[in-house]
Amino acid sequence: MRNARGLKKLYAAIERILVLSHPLLRRIGYARLDKPFMKIESVTKGFLLDSQNCGQCIVGFTGLSCPMNCPKKMRNGPCGGVRADGNCEVEPGMPCVWVLAWEGNQRLREEEIPLQVVQPPVDHRLIGRSAWLREVRIRVEDSGHAV
Amino acid sequence: MQFEDEPLVPGERLPIRPGHSSFGRLERVLRAGGFAVTAEIAPPDSANPAEVYERAALFDGYVDAMNATDGSGANCHMSSVGICSLLCRRGYGMVMQVSARDRNRIAIQGDVLGGSAMGVASILCLTGDGVDVGDHPQAKPVFDLDCMSMLSMIRHMRDESRFLSGRILTEAPPVFLGAAANPFAPPLGYRPLRLAKKVAAGAQFVQTQYCFDIDAFRRYMAAVRDAGTHEKVFILPGVGPLASARSAEWIRGNVPGIHIPDAVIRRLRGAVNQQQEGVNICIDMIHRIREIEGVHGIHIMAYRQEHRVAEIVERSGVLDGRQPWRPAVDWKNPAFDQGHPTVPDVRPPGLSN
Repeated sequence: MRNARGLKKLYAAIERILVLSHPLLRRIGYARLDKPFMKIESVTKGFLLDSQNCGQCIVGFTGLSCPMNCPKKMRNGPCGGVRADGNCEVEPGMPCVWVLAWEGNQRLREEEIPLQVVQPPVDHRLIGRSAWLREVRIRVEDSGHAV
Repeated sequence: MQFEDEPLVPGERLPIRPGHSSFGRLERVLRAGGFAVTAEIAPPDSANPAEVYERAALFDGYVDAMNATDGSGANCHMSSVGICSLLCRRGYGMVMQVSARDRNRIAIQGDVLGGSAMGVASILCLTGDGVDVGDHPQAKPVFDLDCMSMLSMIRHMRDESRFLSGRILTEAPPVFLGAAANPFAPPLGYRPLRLAKKVAAGAQFVQTQYCFDIDAFRRYMAAVRDAGTHEKVFILPGVGPLASARSAEWIRGNVPGIHIPDAVIRRLRGAVNQQQEGVNICIDMIHRIREIEGVHGIHIMAYRQEHRVAEIVERSGVLDGRQPWRPAVDWKNPAFDQGHPTVPDVRPPGLSN
């Protein structure tokens, strides 16, 4: 995750644009947009972050390392089986996503370490759906507007 | 330690003291400032309860609680729920290990209620080893939760008296919540923070992976103390006897997450009786671990050497003359109905305190 800082800025910019376009998105209909958005997301995030499309993205907390690449699907930090060389217990040829996340986190230089936020378990209904649209709706709802 | 409010009938619950989460002896010993001793009981590959009782009896009077493992190493054995059910009815203090590998949130919440109803006072939340390292690599890895979300889910059940879904429980499970920690696996800089995160998620005690590298463990504990985490969680480092230099090398190469320094293997290899030297090393480790500030007990994992646990506890002097609870009833006596503790009048000598 050498590009963690740059990617994080890009990510924040996309999010701002999407939140601003909420009225338009609402008019077209979020449900109808899910599939096309998902296509864009899986191509861009798949290429940049090796995203697994869980539909509830938390790479903002993980130094932009997709935790769904972990064979144990750990979303809250590394298991105790990480090899001495920093590779995965289950797949010895793969670096542990949480070792990468820790490196990415240190590059982000944030005061509060986002890795420390306890993530809830995955909602399996959201897998394969657009995380961006979901995030936009959550943001808009939080700001008190109707979705 | 025999508590003054021990139930007359073995297997009945002790009262929950103010400020305690559970009715368990492990929590009582720790909160009273005692140096607690726990050990891992080997689950049998069998449906015979007698095998469980025999294995438990090896620890009688030497440990404050036993950990019933849940398919450790992704190998199939008798379930932790089953072992806890048998042993809790005889009054043993149990730590029920729950792995996220094999069951989803529906099954785990059911087991938490079932285990608590049967007398489990402590639950250890684990993510679990990957199925690939075990004897059923074809199995579906579940991992619906991870150890962290499991901790917060069970804490929610206990403190809010609700399922994760929000549905209300008529009685919450009064459990003392535990987690595992591996101070020796990368990313080393994150490990103390990870412990703090587990505490934030609900961990009240933690048992660590085998601790053979004292210098590395000292560094870890220094970071834990700097963050003040040792004041929020009881820390029980893991120890255990290595059977030989060869088996130590095999473990180092094949069991995920176990770090054994070369010096330990050299010491084993140089010994005439390697198995005895493994016990000696374990006792040395206990002495050195005990000196580290912030350590509250010891967790003994004597895999396939469970019969050496009594010697390790005895010779290390770790109990300081304290005697943990032991069954008052001679269960080998056929006069007692096996497995059904309905013997109200048996009060053993020495139980007055």
